[in-house]
Amino acid sequence: MLNKNIYLILIISLVFAISFWIGFNVNLLPAEASINAPIYDELFKILFIIGLIIFIGMTIAVIYSLFKFRKRNDQIGDGIALEGNLSLEIVWTIIPSIIVLLIGLYSYNIYDRMGGMKELNHNHEMMSSNTEKIWAGISQTSDNEMAINNLSIEVSAMQFAFLFNYPKGNFISGELHVPVDQKVSMKMESKDVIHAFWVPEFRIKQDVIPGQPTILNFTPTKVGKYPIICAELCGPYHGGMRASIIVEEESDYNEWFNKNKKPEVNL
Amino acid sequence: MTISIDPQKTNNESLQPKGWLRYFSFSLDHKVIGIQYLVCGFLFYLIGGTLASAIRIELASPMSDFMPRDVYNQVLTLHGTIMIFLWIVPVVNGAFGNYLIPFYVGARDMAFPRLNAVAFWLIPPSGLMLVASYFVEGAAQAGWTAYPPLSITTPQSGQIIWILSVLLLGGSSIFGGINFIATIIKLRRPGLKLMQLPMYCWAMLGTSLLVVLSTPVLAGTLILLSFDIIANTGFFNPVLGGNVVVYQHLFWFYSHPAVYIMVLPAFGLVSEILPIHARKPLFGYTTMVFSIMGIVVLGLVVWAHHMFTSGTPPWMRLFFTIATAFIAVPTGIKFFNWVATLWGGKISINSAMLFSCGFIINFVFGGITGVALAQVPFDIHVHDTYFVVAHFHYIVYGGTVFIIFSSIYHWFPKVTGKMLNEKLGILHFIITFIGFNLCFAPQHWLGLNGMPRRVAEYDPQFQFVNQISSLGALLMAISTIPFLINVFLSVRNGKDAGDNPWNALTPEWLTSSPPPIENWEGEAPLVEEPYGYGKNF
Amino acid sequence: MTTLDSSKEIQKNNSEVNETHEDFRMFGLITFLIADGMTFAGFFAAYLTYKAVNPLPDGAIYELELPIPTLNTILLLVSSATFHKAGKALLKDKNSESQKWLFFTAFLGIIFLICQLFEYFHLPFGLTDNLFASTFYALTGFHGLHVTLGTLMILIIAWQSRIKGGRLTSQNMFPLEAVELYWHFVDGIWVILFIILYLL
Ligand code: HEA
Ligand code: HEA
Ligand code: CUA
Ligand SMILES: [Cu+2]
Repeated sequence: MLNKNIYLILIISLVFAISFWIGFNVNLLPAEASINAPIYDELFKILFIIGLIIFIGMTIAVIYSLFKFRKRNDQIGDGIALEGNLSLEIVWTIIPSIIVLLIGLYSYNIYDRMGGMKELNHNHEMMSSNTEKIWAGISQTSDNEMAINNLSIEVSAMQFAFLFNYPKGNFISGELHVPVDQKVSMKMESKDVIHAFWVPEFRIKQDVIPGQPTILNFTPTKVGKYPIICAELCGPYHGGMRASIIVEEESDYNEWFNKNKKPEVNL
Repeated sequence: MTISIDPQKTNNESLQPKGWLRYFSFSLDHKVIGIQYLVCGFLFYLIGGTLASAIRIELASPMSDFMPRDVYNQVLTLHGTIMIFLWIVPVVNGAFGNYLIPFYVGARDMAFPRLNAVAFWLIPPSGLMLVASYFVEGAAQAGWTAYPPLSITTPQSGQIIWILSVLLLGGSSIFGGINFIATIIKLRRPGLKLMQLPMYCWAMLGTSLLVVLSTPVLAGTLILLSFDIIANTGFFNPVLGGNVVVYQHLFWFYSHPAVYIMVLPAFGLVSEILPIHARKPLFGYTTMVFSIMGIVVLGLVVWAHHMFTSGTPPWMRLFFTIATAFIAVPTGIKFFNWVATLWGGKISINSAMLFSCGFIINFVFGGITGVALAQVPFDIHVHDTYFVVAHFHYIVYGGTVFIIFSSIYHWFPKVTGKMLNEKLGILHFIITFIGFNLCFAPQHWLGLNGMPRRVAEYDPQFQFVNQISSLGALLMAISTIPFLINVFLSVRNGKDAGDNPWNALTPEWLTSSPPPIENWEGEAPLVEEPYGYGKNF
Repeated sequence: MTTLDSSKEIQKNNSEVNETHEDFRMFGLITFLIADGMTFAGFFAAYLTYKAVNPLPDGAIYELELPIPTLNTILLLVSSATFHKAGKALLKDKNSESQKWLFFTAFLGIIFLICQLFEYFHLPFGLTDNLFASTFYALTGFHGLHVTLGTLMILIIAWQSRIKGGRLTSQNMFPLEAVELYWHFVDGIWVILFIILYLL
């Protein structure tokens, strides 16, 4: 009996050890290039490890039973008539409940740190007419005004391109240029069907929905060029609907901005 | 005392064609209808699988070179629609439900045999219509979710035919659901208590409740969508003041429960198969029943987890995250109970058993990625990518389709009186299992690293992994060959099975194979312990 | 077994079926009505969401007139009562009285439909004018379709109840009871619809 328990404990610790090792050493995600990314990867790691433990555990249990309890040729008759066990049932109801609850709370915390829990549904005067309703993407701040003062860009999506309007410079660009380490606030709207704005290296995605202007904020942290991918089926050329986001040092960004800037039309 | 009631003794059997011809007739016999569902579903599976192969061929190279881009969208739309509405749903519900439920409740037929036949005969025409729409003006090309405004702006005829055929299939499903509920609740033979029913009955009861409560909402939604397309109304058309997110809510109010419509019957079927081949009672009957009902209730209130990036308010995301993740609890109970059923048994390792165990392993994997997807911050990155594609193929293919094969191996002797060849069966399992994992496991990585779904062209850096996936799909296609050969050979000259080759206790095995027209020569047996293995019966 | 024998067999079994299984046909119908009710629930949910999320600009809001729909509500409620009378009469084997009540019920249904059409023609908006108009027509139209179907079914059973010992008798009340339940259901939906659409 004791022997059996020791084996069980040994196997469980082995499963944990393997899962943790894989969880910490196998990287399945692309580069981290925004404030969101490390937070996301933290969550990913935890989910990955818990998932591995459950999956490996269940697989071992199934394969072990198939081997251990397989019917040998000389055997006849049935297995033991075991119909249930209340305490076992309670254990395997409570443990998953706790795991699920903890995961839920943890991911709530993660989401809050990403800025997803901030209400953005208030009417907004700086960017749009008084009555326009704004829908929430991830915001990172409740104080939009501030974000807008930093850097605000209007994104419009259409079949099959993204256009980036820099209101302060009064120009439109097909590439998104942003300075590194600064909060960017985008107001996105679609001209025709639903599209989605996705930058895998930033771990953010937001649907761009016709009739629903949506705010999405992010802060890039790494200089480089990353793909912007449309992630919502929007027609035949959906797969080709891509753009680039170029994160550069502030000086480079300013140079680019000033080069493209058009004079304000005076009315 | 046992009395037997013959509920709907529609004795016009003598007027109906005999022999194989009856499978092509408007038969009222639940067994014939069950086989009709199965064969019809399987033919559509071959069509859907051919389309899947076309998808994988296209994706073997990063360019869009195998077919035009809009055809690619039509192919993936048809693939999804056919696999769900013409293969999984009709087969796990209609085929096995019709064949088994009357046996399990001790009846001679379903409660409403005519309605039953009507429900089946709605399927072939709507399926053929759907396939034929490709040749009209091109099939629907807005994905199986048909999100407006895309579905309003793509060529109309394809989309309208798609709506029509999904409406008919939904109607068929509702009629079936009504029939199952009535049969299980009202047609039990006297003396048979609810808590003595085989687990598949409970699964079908739960499923049918979901069908009755959610499918009509889909029907209503599609009617509104068709108005938008034909009559130029603006329910979901933002140009006319409509709201596209309302469509998504209504659609997923059906389509999330639909995933449990696809998997709960499979849960029921494994619960029948495992105890028989492990020679042990089903572990934890009562908790199994409660977990099914738990899944039904939770399944109705989690739909918005498909819409985490659609600009839903934060409180809504939070609620749907927690509710969704909690489905892992009742589902987990079922899985632990199955493993406990295996534990300490005398397990015969045969094709049915292998496919069932493959199901457990694959489904746990898909379920775990599902729980990850339920977390909003996680989903924000991987929504609408190949990670999701991998998640649901692990469940629908690795789960439900594995169980369909397992059930075919298990019930083939009952239906035909012949055994299937075990060697070919195990070969089928091995190729399917390897091909399946080779095809879909790498897709998780693709999704995490930036490959969106529903694209015909992709970043060349993903080419290698996509080719592995396509290779897996090829293996899956090949794996159908031993299966088809097996069925073909066994029907013609398989080993005689006898009436009860597995020594099973559930009622369908207590009659001859194949069963007589009204299921039992005498009165229906009263099976009070369908899982009484090891009790020296 | 000769054909003659088996047809006798069918008859015998049929009467048996009717005696012992009335309730489960009713059960099936109730399940169907729950499903049908969910379709309406979907429409109502859509309508209420539109109202909350996509309010029309002030100028476009049109106050619906109440007289006709109120009259319609009364018509339907009365028709539910008359249908009930028909059932009671049939139970007492008073076929012709039952038939009268049925025809009267169908008549009320037809008046309802006429009033509905009258309202349609006098509304200042058409199907595609705006979101509210579209939902209004979709909801009332879908309900109207149910009333039409119900009226037709009432006419059919009224026709069948004309002869004593025909297909609809006090021994075989099922067709009447089924249509009656359906009719009450359609009524109930109308009351909800009236409250949500006209009063809210
Ligand atoms: C039969 C079909 C089926 C089934 C059963 C499921 C089951 C589940 N699904 Fe899946 N899903 C689909 C089919 C299915 N899904 C499809 C088709 C889509 C894509 C639709 C589209 O967009 O086209 C989808 C998409 C989808 C999404 C949206 C992704 C996105 O588009 O961004 C989400 C998010 O929450 C999700 C979650 C879940 C969860 C939590 C379960 C749970 O029910 C799983 C529960 C099971 C387990 C967890 C395993 C067993 C449990 C244990 C061993 C206990 C211990 C475990 C823990 C404590 C974690 N699914
Ligand atoms: C519900 C069940 C189901 C099943 C069983 C499958 C089975 C398969 N699916 Fe499925 N798939 C979906 C449901 C399903 N799928 C859904 C809902 C979508 C989403 C659609 C959307 O986005 O709208 C999807 C999308 C989807 C995609 C993503 C497309 C995209 O987003 O661009 C891919 C890509 O690899 C894929 C592949 C496969 C493969 C390789 C199989 C294989 O397992 C198939 C194996 C079977 C065969 C290979 C058949 C073998 C037979 C032959 C080949 C014989 C030849 C023919 C004759 C004799 C006539 N599917
Ligand atoms: Cu735009 Cu896809
Ligand atoms: Cu879902």
